[in-house]
Amino acid sequence: MNDASLSRRKSKYTPRTMPVSKNGSKLTTSAMIASLDAEGRETVAAPFGHALVDLAKTRDDIVGLTADLSKYTDLHVFAKAYPDRFYQMGMAEQVMISAAAGLAREGFTPFATTYAVFASRRAYDFICMAIAEENLPVKIVCALPGLTTGYGPSHQATDDIAIMRAMPNLTVLDPCDATEIDQATRAIADHPGPVYMRLLRGNVPNVLGEYGYKFKLGKAQMIREGRDVLFVSSGFMTMRVLDVAKRLQADGVDCAVLHVPTIKPLDVETIAAEAAKGGRLVVTAENHSITGGLGEAVGAALMRAGVHVPFRQIALPDAFLDAGALPTLHDQYGISVDAVTASVKAWL
Amino acid sequence: MERDTSNVSLERRAYAIRRNALLMGEVQGQGYIGQALGAADLLAVSYFHALNYRADDPEWEGRDRFLLSIGHYAIALYAAMIEAGILPEAEIETYGMDDSRMPMSGMAAYTPGMEITGGSLGHGLGIAVGIALGLKRKNNPAFVYNMMSDGELGEGSTWEAVMSGVQWKLDNLIAIVDFNDQQADGKTTDALAQVPEAGRWEGFGWFAQEIDGNDMDALVAAFDAARAHSEPVPRVIICQTKMCKGVPFLEEREITHFVRVEPEEWARALTILDEDRPNE
Repeated sequence: MNDASLSRRKSKYTPRTMPVSKNGSKLTTSAMIASLDAEGRETVAAPFGHALVDLAKTRDDIVGLTADLSKYTDLHVFAKAYPDRFYQMGMAEQVMISAAAGLAREGFTPFATTYAVFASRRAYDFICMAIAEENLPVKIVCALPGLTTGYGPSHQATDDIAIMRAMPNLTVLDPCDATEIDQATRAIADHPGPVYMRLLRGNVPNVLGEYGYKFKLGKAQMIREGRDVLFVSSGFMTMRVLDVAKRLQADGVDCAVLHVPTIKPLDVETIAAEAAKGGRLVVTAENHSITGGLGEAVGAALMRAGVHVPFRQIALPDAFLDAGALPTLHDQYGISVDAVTASVKAWL
Repeated sequence: MERDTSNVSLERRAYAIRRNALLMGEVQGQGYIGQALGAADLLAVSYFHALNYRADDPEWEGRDRFLLSIGHYAIALYAAMIEAGILPEAEIETYGMDDSRMPMSGMAAYTPGMEITGGSLGHGLGIAVGIALGLKRKNNPAFVYNMMSDGELGEGSTWEAVMSGVQWKLDNLIAIVDFNDQQADGKTTDALAQVPEAGRWEGFGWFAQEIDGNDMDALVAAFDAARAHSEPVPRVIICQTKMCKGVPFLEEREITHFVRVEPEEWARALTILDEDRPNE
């Protein structure tokens, strides 16, 4: 093996200068406690953990499992409140998922947490055969969805929705903010089947409250009306496109936002009805690879429904993404407010 | 009283299991008959000596859970469950047919008494860990048995479950390893199971027994010891079995994972089996 073959990614090793943000501060990798554009925005601490504790007060069947990531999935809040209902399964995602299946067989409702990459890639067969095939009520709740860490492809679950969407019986959720995570946690506990839910953890922005939003499992809901653009978005991208809509308003562009937290089963009826109103550019927006996520699901659903409208996707590229600071990466890959605003302007 | 108390000998039960399996194999002209014949003795001891169950109520809460991690052994478990009265004998002729309750790979949704969907190997023991945890939460004294193969010892998930069982002190968990030294491509001991098997499990903290899995007395003693063991650790019974046991002309065949049986040989195998039929 010669030197050339060893230096496939040599360009990454050339000396760099310290990057700075627009306001002059250093941009550092925002690692595992990624807080999303919370500058000046109200946040709520550990909404999933607190919702689960609250639920557990009246639900003896709820148990929690983690594969060495309770602190990083907010399950530590539950572990502290209910130590005898918490299972630290160690760094072993396969047996965590299998054991959750076993507990569900015995009548319990397990919430199993890890990072989205590990559930979707490492434990896939176990979720598929031990849980989904048997339609067991296990709730798999996973942090670091999409591009919410700068650690690189090992931790960036840019493909989890594509992977999980293909699994029969599985309900797939990508909630937006603290309000929604709280409500969705309660809703999925009542749902009789298996669920995969993407999780924002730590101090989670709270934005949907001001719109009077209330989560309904399986339902897409209009957050904002508009005549020129129809955003169809999930996860924190709904937060982003709401900001984009405010910016574009100043330019005379009127944007509607249809929030789709339930990726599967997709609320085709609502999405098709809104798109069919016509006269609007439909723009899907997701924190996920352009392959196999919300955008392609919506595109295919509209085609099947016979709704033919101008259609664009805001999504991450089909690539292994770089490491770095999240604001840099979100700009680079087109999911920041600036980048989405620019894209939409160019498309109009 | 749930445990079998009839006077039918375990040898006779094993004979019946082998016979049921051969009849099913004949229906399809194929099947994992080598494994079924080899595991008939340990299944006889499971269903007619060790397990608590109610044949007419496969979901009875007090039952011992018997998981078939190795889905392709379904023919063997159906044969045992037919003998146990959990499945009707009349359904033998439906084995592997469209709409049958007895598909060729074991699945929970199809078959009464089939606790899990096996077949993707290395799953059963982890599910058994969760069931054992769940039983303890409910103060249910039932045991969980996970029947697995030597080939599954190559799956990393098996060892995650092995460690987890010790971590949670699962004294209600009994793994049964059918060690016939055959997997799809050849001998298991030529792949990932070269070291003395019991030692591996003991190293992780399990109460391990390694026995001749076709010796009825040894099986009974091992199951009894596994249940009675006083330490708070999970238990494993490694059963060294012989593929095709009980039908000499098949035993002598060059053994492979999937034993080929010619159409006329099913009847010959049944005849040979019947010639040595044990007494009740």
